[in-house]
Amino acid sequence: MEILYVLIPVSVLLVLAILALLGWAIHGGQFEDIEAEGHRILQVGEDNSQDNVERHQD
Amino acid sequence: MASTHSATYNDGVVRAFAICAVVYGVVGMAVGVLIASQLAWPELNFGIPWLTYGRLRPLHTNAVIFAFGGCTLFATSYHVVQRTCQTRLFAGPLATFTLIGWNLVILAAVVTLPLGYTSGKEYAELEWPIDILITLVWVAYAIVFFGTIGTRKIRHIYVANWFFGAFIIAVALLHIVNSAAIPVFSEGLLSPKSYSAYSGVQDAMIQWWYGHNAVGFFLTAAFLGMMYYYIPKQAGMPVYSYRLSIVHFWALIFTYMWAGPHHLHYTALPDWTQSVGMVFSLILLAPSWGGMINGIMTLSGAWYKLRDDAILKFLIVALSFYGMSTFEGPMMSIKTVNSLSHYTDWTVGHVHSGALGWVGLISMGSLYYLIPRMFGRTTMYSVPAISLHFWAATIGIVLYIAAMWIAGVMQGLMWRAVNPDGTLVYTFVESVKATYPFYVIRVAGGLLYLGGMILMLWNTVMTALAGRAVNAPIPQPAHA
Repeated sequence: MEILYVLIPVSVLLVLAILALLGWAIHGGQFEDIEAEGHRILQVGEDNSQDNVERHQD
Repeated sequence: MASTHSATYNDGVVRAFAICAVVYGVVGMAVGVLIASQLAWPELNFGIPWLTYGRLRPLHTNAVIFAFGGCTLFATSYHVVQRTCQTRLFAGPLATFTLIGWNLVILAAVVTLPLGYTSGKEYAELEWPIDILITLVWVAYAIVFFGTIGTRKIRHIYVANWFFGAFIIAVALLHIVNSAAIPVFSEGLLSPKSYSAYSGVQDAMIQWWYGHNAVGFFLTAAFLGMMYYYIPKQAGMPVYSYRLSIVHFWALIFTYMWAGPHHLHYTALPDWTQSVGMVFSLILLAPSWGGMINGIMTLSGAWYKLRDDAILKFLIVALSFYGMSTFEGPMMSIKTVNSLSHYTDWTVGHVHSGALGWVGLISMGSLYYLIPRMFGRTTMYSVPAISLHFWAATIGIVLYIAAMWIAGVMQGLMWRAVNPDGTLVYTFVESVKATYPFYVIRVAGGLLYLGGMILMLWNTVMTALAGRAVNAPIPQPAHA
């Protein structure tokens, strides 16, 4: 299984790269005030998103 | 043109990819129905080599995964990254190149696969010249996508973009490693042929490292990106827990890469490698269900919306199938379960509960949100047709996967049944004969699913004709 000598180092490098990216995201302030970011996409719409519906009246 | 460019999004390429996705969806699913019919009625090969099951099956998988799924991903990722970064696509001409290049790849697949040109690697059958074109398109895609992220006007990178970004990088890595091959020119340049750079069990390991990560990053991570944008937009509600979506992303990408060996249980692959694959597959249940619950709970407090809104039905039922198949998958990766399920139609059923249920429904729901907006409208031409499509697709999936579950477990049990003297109870052909009715039920399910897709094509054409192609303006960021 010599192929594991390639696949395992590649995976380790990948995990290190992902870790570096995670570090950047955390320390770069990506995750400050995190729940507010979920609301942002709803504020900047090209349209009102509720209108693909045949509304029932109640 | 130059003055409008600065004020509007680059929606031309989004629009074109969205239409391509719907057209290729019909084609890919039609080929699927044909080969499903061939398994029930082999006369449908018509004695024509180009139309035999062995050549059309890779055409079906390539068409639905890379043509339908791929075009949907290009369309939605270009749409989402522009909206969430509030900036125009980076390197517009390169984005147009991805549109042309990806369609050339699909055209090449449609020609070469029925002719019998194949590298023999599942989900990577295309021969080396096409592989090179795929690489070029993918590099352009990465430049456009990450360039747009780099020039964003919003500091925070929305979670959907993380999923799309991981998908683009992972697919590049997988494609290059797995497609490494030595081309041979004995048949001339117009008859591409190559041999894998790896051999034997090494090749099998690379192939399923690729194969399962293609499922993980192409068919899961990228479509989760769609889920995290289009469900909140369609529901008009923020994602249930934005914090959980971040945890979902990092947990998924840290743990995904080593699930592949579960495709090689009880083969020449070393036992410990198989066990590692099984353990990582079981771990994956946690982030998968975290994401599923997060998506479904986005409707928390607004469940009534599900009653009226067929697009939300598509998106939420897609997540239910995601939850089902990400539970079923880890269970099937357990070696004792796998000894029953492997090589049976249970595997085919599992794949299609993910493909038809998760990937298909989330794509259709997202496209139903996207397409009218690409034509200056807020709704599709026919809203009742969306609802009809939803029910046809859902009933089709249930027929398909229930038939394959029963067929698969039955095959597994028949193959392992032994008489007291150690001989087999059933011959192989007896199990084939017993499967016949389930193959017919599958054709019925596939026809329903295809019928829904044809309805979607009609609805898309009518929407395009009734609307007009408009590029949405980029909102001016509110300065604090």
